Amino acid sequence: MSTLFINISLVSFMVVIALMITFSHRLFAIIIMSGAYSLISAAMFVNLDAVDVAFTEAAVGAGFSTVLFLAAMAWLPAEEKRNKALVILPLMICLFTGSLLMWAVAYLPALGDPASVVHQHVAPRYLAESYDKLHIPNVVTTVLASYRGFDTLGETIVIFTAGLGVLLILMGKTGRSPKPKKVDISAKVSEARDEDVNEK
Amino acid sequence: MTDLLLSHWNYFIVVLLMMIGLFILISSMNLVKKLIGLSLFQTSVFLFYISLGKINGGTAPIIMKSGHDGHSSHEILYSNPLPHVLILTAIVVGVATTALGLALVLRIKASFDSIEEDDILLAKRELRKRSKSS
Repeated sequence: MSTLFINISLVSFMVVIALMITFSHRLFAIIIMSGAYSLISAAMFVNLDAVDVAFTEAAVGAGFSTVLFLAAMAWLPAEEKRNKALVILPLMICLFTGSLLMWAVAYLPALGDPASVVHQHVAPRYLAESYDKLHIPNVVTTVLASYRGFDTLGETIVIFTAGLGVLLILMGKTGRSPKPKKVDISAKVSEARDEDVNEK
Repeated sequence: MTDLLLSHWNYFIVVLLMMIGLFILISSMNLVKKLIGLSLFQTSVFLFYISLGKINGGTAPIIMKSGHDGHSSHEILYSNPLPHVLILTAIVVGVATTALGLALVLRIKASFDSIEEDDILLAKRELRKRSKSS
């Protein structure tokens, strides 16, 4: 029961953060909030017994991707331009898709039901025999590196391609990576101060 | 009704989160905010998979073979490790796509001096007009 309560409070918190992201216009705040969102989802993963996923989400989702976004912000404006954003059409699309998904989701087996179809196929075999065959206590590691080793190989190929793509896109024709524009902060600060004084 | 809501709470919330991510993705004109929306969508899909793998009273799928206190591995209930493996792969691939998207955004900023979609579209239309008239 306590698991359920922790579950409910954590996911509700995630909804609050997602709504805050929707209504915010400052990109730095949005990025930090999405980091917080990832961190809370990592806590959710621990609660749902997926400790390995929680590690990865906390390190890669909350840590690395937040750092990536912040690094990219060195080249980008910090505020979203407040223009006439599309609202009605996206809202209609989301409501329609959402209600279809809700309808489908209501027919899923209850959360944590051991008789659910997901738990019937290969998973029991992995749990029963992987330790005797490979002597690694962590089943997730065994499946990742052995039973589904080709999957992981494919994953590394994807990451290699993405890294190569990032390098090629950033270097472009010039063969040099772009440098962030240097903004003289002290001048801006003194300008702002002057404005303050003038207002007073 | 309340029973359904309680036993499927995670799934309903996951759909809600997905739709919020999708809404940000479609409605926002700012490319960085679009990417954030995409990653919200992604994380909620991860949550959906992990919720499917949960078994009531189960524990993390790390085999405990003590042998001394009479516990055999069959008496302990473990959660399903398969969704965990799939999502481990998906998280890392998700970050790779985010990095690629950010690189493209930086390139667009260098070419058009803006990361707002409507500005970029205007600039492209202007460019096309100029190339036609010249």
